[in-house]
This record gives sequence, C-alpha cells and structure tokens, in this order.
Amino acid sequence: MGTLNMLVFVCLVYVAFLFLVAFAAERAAMQGKGGWLRSPIVYTLSLSIYCTAWTFYGAVGYAARSGLEYLTIYIGPSLVMVGWWWVLRKLVRIGRTQRVTSIADLISSRYGKSNLLAVGVTVLAVIGTTPYIALQLQSVTVSFAVFSDAYDASVPLGEQESNALLVAAGLALFTIIFGTRNLDVNERHHGVVMAIAVEAVVKLFALLAVGVFVVWGIGGGVGDILQRIDASKIGTWQIEGDRWATLIFLSAAAFLCLPRMFQVLVVENDSEDHLRTASWAFPAYLMVMSLFVVPIAVVGLDLLPAGSNPDFFVLTVPLATGNNGLAMLSFLGGFSSATSMVIVAALALSTMVSNHIVMPIWLNSNFGGATVSGDVRHVVLLSRRISIGAVVTLGYLYYRMSGGGTALASIGLISFAGVAQFLPVLIGGIFWRGATRLGAFAGLTVGFLIWAYALLLPSFGTGTLVSEALLAQGPLGIGWLRPQAFFGITGMDPLVHAIFWSTLLNALAFFLVSLGGFPSPVERLQGAQFVNVFEHSGTPQGWSGDLVQSEDLMIMAQRILGAREAQGLFEREAKRQGMGGVLPEPSPDFLQVLERELSGSVGVATAHAMVEQIVGGASVSVEDLMAVADETAQIMEHSSQLQAKSTELSRTARQLRQANDKLTQISAQKDAFLSQVSHELRTPMTSIRAFSEILRDTDRLSAAEQTKYSTIIHDEALRLTRLLDDLLDLSVLESGQVSLNMQSGKLDDLLDHAIATALTGSGQDSLRIRRTRGQEQALLRTDLDRLSQVFINLIGNAQKYCDAETPELRIEVSQSNGQMTVDFIDNGQGISKKDQAVIFEKFARAGVQRASGAGLGLAICREIMTRLGGTVSYLPGQGGAAFRVVLAGQGQLAAQ
Amino acid sequence: MGKSVLLIEDEPNIIEAISFILSRDGWSVATHSNGHDAVGVVVESRPDIVILDVMLPGKTGYEILRELREAEGLADLPVLMLTAKGQVKDREMAERAGASRFMTKPFSNAEVLEAVRDLVIG
Repeated sequence: MGTLNMLVFVCLVYVAFLFLVAFAAERAAMQGKGGWLRSPIVYTLSLSIYCTAWTFYGAVGYAARSGLEYLTIYIGPSLVMVGWWWVLRKLVRIGRTQRVTSIADLISSRYGKSNLLAVGVTVLAVIGTTPYIALQLQSVTVSFAVFSDAYDASVPLGEQESNALLVAAGLALFTIIFGTRNLDVNERHHGVVMAIAVEAVVKLFALLAVGVFVVWGIGGGVGDILQRIDASKIGTWQIEGDRWATLIFLSAAAFLCLPRMFQVLVVENDSEDHLRTASWAFPAYLMVMSLFVVPIAVVGLDLLPAGSNPDFFVLTVPLATGNNGLAMLSFLGGFSSATSMVIVAALALSTMVSNHIVMPIWLNSNFGGATVSGDVRHVVLLSRRISIGAVVTLGYLYYRMSGGGTALASIGLISFAGVAQFLPVLIGGIFWRGATRLGAFAGLTVGFLIWAYALLLPSFGTGTLVSEALLAQGPLGIGWLRPQAFFGITGMDPLVHAIFWSTLLNALAFFLVSLGGFPSPVERLQGAQFVNVFEHSGTPQGWSGDLVQSEDLMIMAQRILGAREAQGLFEREAKRQGMGGVLPEPSPDFLQVLERELSGSVGVATAHAMVEQIVGGASVSVEDLMAVADETAQIMEHSSQLQAKSTELSRTARQLRQANDKLTQISAQKDAFLSQVSHELRTPMTSIRAFSEILRDTDRLSAAEQTKYSTIIHDEALRLTRLLDDLLDLSVLESGQVSLNMQSGKLDDLLDHAIATALTGSGQDSLRIRRTRGQEQALLRTDLDRLSQVFINLIGNAQKYCDAETPELRIEVSQSNGQMTVDFIDNGQGISKKDQAVIFEKFARAGVQRASGAGLGLAICREIMTRLGGTVSYLPGQGGAAFRVVLAGQGQLAAQ
Repeated sequence: MGKSVLLIEDEPNIIEAISFILSRDGWSVATHSNGHDAVGVVVESRPDIVILDVMLPGKTGYEILRELREAEGLADLPVLMLTAKGQVKDREMAERAGASRFMTKPFSNAEVLEAVRDLVIG
C-alpha cells in the first residue's frame, strides 16, 4: 500500500504543479509579460492534445494486435500539418478575421450565421466527444487499478468509480478556473494552453523513458530489439491498403474537425507564423511519440504472461521488472494525456453549448430586446461554467453506464468517424462558394445518421441496441440496408464500410442540395469572405446603419463587453471617423467592428442577431458587393461601382446636410448670443437703475432700507463684473493667448476644493456626492486652478440642473496608459439628445432656462480642457447627465 | 386709490424695486414668480393691471399673454410687458401677443409709474 499512497501523493503534487503553471501563465499574460507564452513551440506542444490516453497507452496495444497500423493515426495529422499552406492557414485566417470561437461558430458563420446549424453541430460534437471523455476517465482509473493490482489485489470496484468521479471533478474545476477567468474577446486561454504544453512535455518524456528502458535496460540495445521484432509476429503483419487509406483519411479529418483540436489549432492560435514552425515540429513530435511503440509491444509480449492486456504494457513492463519510479513516471504520462484532452474538450464544447444553446435561449426568454441595460457578462461566464460541468458530468455518466468495459476501447475511432462528418461542410465552406446552408444541413444529417446506424449503434454489441436479425438481414428484411453491408456490398471491414459510406453520402448530399438551391445574400457574402479570405481580410458583412440609434448600441455593448471596454471601443471608433465625443456614427464599418467584438463573447450568430435587433436588418455594403463581384466578372463590377458612386453621393449629401444644419444652428446661436448678452447685461442694470433712483428720489428712507438697497446695487454690480469676466475669459481662451500655470497636486485635494467651492452657499444636502477616494490618489501635473474651474463648473451644473428627488452625483476616476479619466454622473433625467449636440456652445442652456447661469460655463470648460491637452465631453447612456473629463499625460500613483 | 397690480417677474431684486415704487404710490401689489401657473393666478385674483416679464421659468410671457387674451373677460385687461431683450422683433412679438404697452429694461421708475397709471385710469 505504501507505493500506492506514494502514487496518490505524486499525483496530487503534479496536479498542484499544473495549477501553478496555469496560474503563473495567466498572471504573466495579464501583466503583458507573456511574450514567451505566444511562442510557436508552446503552440506546437498544445497541439499534442491530439495524443490522448488512447494513443499513449493504446498505441502499444494497437501495435501488439495489428502491427504497424497504429502509425496511420499519426500519419493523417502529419499530412495535414505538412500541407498547412492549403487548409490550416486558411482556417486560421478565417478564424481570426471572423472572430470564430469554435467549429460550430465557424460553420454557422459561413452558412449565413445560422444559429440552428450551430446548435446542430454542437449537439453532434457533444455526442461524438462524450464517449471519448469517458475513455479518458477510464484510462486513468484502470491505470490506477493496474498499480493497485501489482501491490494489493483487493481494491474494490467501487473505489475505481469514486476515483473516476474525483478525477472528473478535478478536471471540471481546473477548466472552470482557467477556462472561464474572463470573457476574453480573443477567446485565448494562456493558462490552459501553458498547462497542456507542460503536459505534452511530460507525456513525451515518460514514453521516451519507458522506451529507452525497454531497449537498453531489458533488451540488449538496438540490434537485439530489431531481432526480437523480426522474430515476433508484429514483423510479419501485412499492410491492408484500404484500411490504411481509410484510417489515414479518418485521422486527418478528425484532426481538423475535433472540437478540441479546432480550439488549439484555430481559436488559441496567436499568429499564422506559428503554423510554419508547427508544420515540421508537430510531425516530429508524433514521430518521437511513435518511435518506441513497437519495441515496447514486442518486449511486453515476450516478458509478460500470455493474456495480459497489451494496452497497459507501458505501465506493466516497468512494474513487472520492479521499476516503480519509471512506472510512476509512465503513469503521469498517461495521466497527462487524459487530463489535457478532457480539459480542452470541455472548454471547446462548453463554449459551443453556451454560445449557441444556452445564451440564445436565455437572451430570448429574459429580454424582449437586446438593449435592456444590465451586465450580462456574468451570465455568459456562469453559463460557460455550468456547461463545462455538464460536459464532464456527461462523460462521467457515460463511463458509469458503459461499465468501463472493453466497449470503450474501440470508441476512439468511432468518435473520430463521428466528428469527421463535419469535414465536407468545413472544407466545402472554405473552398467552394456555391455551398449553401441547406446543403450543409443535408450533408450533416445524412452523414450522422449513417454513422450512428452503421457504426455507433452496432458498437454497443450485437443484441443490445442492434439486434442480430437486423445486422444479418437489414431493417424489415431490406437486405441492401444492412448496417454493415450497404447496397449488398459485403466483405468490407465494418469501420471502413461505415466511414466510406457516411462520408461519401454526406459529401454527396451536401454537394447536390447546394447545387439545387440558391444561397441567400448573407450566405453569398460570407461565402465570398471565407473562400477569398486572403483577398478580403476583414470585411465580414454589411450593415446599413442610417437609422440606428448609436446610444442603443452603446447600452447593449456595455451589457456584454462591460462599461469601460464598450466606451473605449466607441470612443476609438468615433475618433477614427473623425468625430468628437463618444458616439460614433453607425456606419457599416463601425457596426462590423462592433459585431466582431461582441462575437468574441457570445458567438457570431448571437452577436449578429443582437446587432440586427437594433439596426433592423442587414444590407449589402459596397465592399461586400465588390467581393462578390470578383466572381461574376465585369457586369457585376460595373453595377457595384455605380452603387458605390450613388452610396458615396448620398453619403456626401448627408454630410452636407449635417454641415448645413450645423451652420444654421450656429447662426441662430449668434443671434441668440447677442440677445442673450443683452438680456444678461440688462437684468442687473435694471435693478441697479431702479434702486439708485429710489435712493435718490425717496425721502424718509430708513437706515435699514438704505443699507439694503445699496447692497442690492453692489451685488448686481458684482454680477455684471462676473459676466464680463466670463466673456473675457472665454475670448482669451478661444484666441489661445492664455498662459498656463503648471503645478503638481493630488486629484483628491483638487476635488475636495472643487466640491467645497461649488456647494458654498447652498445647503450641503442639496446634492449628495459619492466618491471613491481610493482611485483618486493620483498625482497631477497641469494648471490646477484651471482644472479646478472645470470641476467646479460640472459639480455646480449637477447641483443646478439635477432634477432627481434626492440629487446625487457620482465622481468616478480611472487611469490607463497615462490617461486620467474623471466622470461626473448624476441621477437626474439627463440631457436630451438634441441638447447634447449644443450644450458646449456659448449661451446654450439645456431645455427651458431654469437656472441663473449665463450659459458660458461648459463653453469655458471645453476651452480650458483643450488648452490643458484634454477633453470634456458628454457621456451618453449613463442614466443621468454625465460628463467625462479626460486628461492626457498623467500617470503614477501618488505616495500614500 | 387702492387699485391692484399683479407683478409677474422672476428676478427677486426687480420684484422688490417695482413693488416698492408702486406701493408708495398707493397701489396694492401682489407678486408671482413663475410661468407655469401664472394664468391661473391672474384669473383668480382679477387684478386691475398685470406687469408681465418675458423670460419666465416654465412659460414665456408671450405664451401667458396669449392665453390671457383668450380667457373669458380678460381680453381688455391692461398688460404692461417688460423685457430685457431690446430687439425690435421682441417688441413686435409683444404687440402680436396683445400687450397693452411694452417696456425695455432698464427702465426709469417714473416711466413705470406713469405707464401703470395711464393704463388703468386712462
């Protein structure tokens, strides 16, 4: 039992080590120090999740039973990698430009962003992967049992099952922690990738160690081993051409289509250049993995009693020779193979389940529209976490129900054959523009039905799900429908038979239905984008956003991306369009960018549906038309150019109209300006004139009255002076002749001062101020008096105009890249859209004139911020009125 | 005399000044300082003359005047309009709305007094 305890201990230490590796990688990536995380070697190693426990242990068993045939499952992926230029490069490029999150996402995106298709692919992927997860759990528990048997034959079966449960729970936990830390827009998980890269090294090292031990420790070196191979029956195995070809095709197809392989190959890919390295490094890895398979099989057959399970020679050969340390290493190798597969498979499947099944249902049932405010990121994360738990649980249940018997061992190839059904739709989608959504549905349906009927159901054993009679005579006695002999062609290997017919009929259905139908406009566009990805990178689809409310989009984006990220994105886009403020014009370009960002969080189909809900319908942009026109030559080209011209004309007209509106508005404001100056000057002058006449003409004024009236005259004279000061201030600022008095000071002191000044003379209860002092500990270097003037103005405005019952002002501070942002957000009813456009103009006052200001405050603020090298702008979509002050060139935290 | 004046104006100092001048001349002065319910106040208190400012919170003096002229029995009520905007078009608007007289701020106290007396006594 001592060694067994030791094994448990080593296992736990290893798991802890993996957590540490993942954690460190996440940290490094977060701090931006993780350049090495994105190296081609890590990428290559992460691909090795292709080698699961099934290959780690099973390859030796495979060789012991069928000779060199095990090589086929390595040759297929090697061919795919060597030919990366044709298929993988395209997949990766598409994955990046379209922000694809999974294979279901890619297929749905290609075929007109159909979520139904995504749901179908997801369900099929889950069906195809669950047995495989079960297989990994089994390999861990059985390898554990092999150890136990060697020392203590009395380990009960129940303990094996509880071991499997523990392993499953641990894996789910790991995946949840490192797979759903945040909603990365790029869907990259550095922690997970790093951990599986480490596991890849461990399993390679373990297998090599066992191999070296077998060749030089047990055998007498290379020559001796070669003789033994010649002597054994492995050396005499014949190569069956059709079976080899089928298996090579199958493993190549699975390599591309397995959800977990798609995850590491495409989704986690950081750079297309990595493929260049991986194209030779990954086949090399596979070659080294397979190097010692035959020697271990031969020595195992020689050494161990007849009837021992060759699947565990990697473990039993070292154990039988009393080499416990090596056996333990080998166990860790198998453990690594199993766990890395389950982690990535759970991650990939949960993304699909969550994006294509859970989120659409949740969004539909909880909200009538996409613009309801509130953050849904936690819902996305929660749904991913639950999905991970569900996927792993499904694997565990399958393991329990199948009894962990030998039926599982053959499930590897059956699983491969299942996901290989995606291949025609996938390859057709990226190389053939005529492929349609209906074709994809037809192909997938036919392929999967045949796969299930001819391969999956019979695999449970004759007489369980498929009766003896059915197998022998076909359903209802229809001979040509016999599950293992379609069209009466007998004598084929059942696996070859099933793969041949399912893939052939799948491709045929896909091809014929596609030819027979006509793709919808969105499918045509996406088809052009996918097939010609290298010519048209980066313009996925067109939106016509003329009628869109940018503010609605903002509210929705904040909900999914988070407030900061969404505002940052909108501001960047507004700047790119050459507009001030935070709301960009909903141009097709902008909507595309937005949709791509959203799809990183919720998948392409859902993001498309959400934007569509607000925009009200997709239309074809000029660029898209051009992309399609490539194919249909000159005539299309010509008409799309015409369309380009007319779109451009109408765009110019719109811009002119806007400019004209603005000019009219400004001219009206000039009139209003004069009228306002007149009003603002005449009002105090009226009081001054009236009271000075009273003082002059009235006898018998009491002393108190005299004092009171002269005070009024004095106050009104001051008010006049203030107004003239403001006007002067503004004209100096506008003419740029102002000299700045640069000083250093702390932001919280500045805010303290501004609040005190702004609220003097009004009851302190008139406006509640909420601040987060923790964020205000920043040192500023600027003209503090001028900045303070801006703050006072904004706080004063909130006090004057906030119409909430209990007025409240939130002051929020944040910093990034040396840029300091201070937001002033009140809880009133905000400023109407119409007024937002003019509040920074002189004498503009929002709505009816309710308050005493001359309407110069915000105009002065804007001028000041321009002089200070920053901005002040209105921040829409915050509930109340909200202003954002941005000051560049600031940074470090002050000493506490 | 004891005739009543209703002063509708939102600037406290101007209210104080006009009230002072008219009270000393023997008028009974009531004041009101927003536009929302000004019409109701006039209808209820039935003053002999109304002094009406143009820029009022809630409703402009022009709107109030128009409503007053439409109200029953107020078509002939003397209304003296005050405005701090001295442009020609402001005067025109006041006339169109039905002002009995129009006066630009700042005014002299004697002018106001004279205008009020004129309008009420004739």
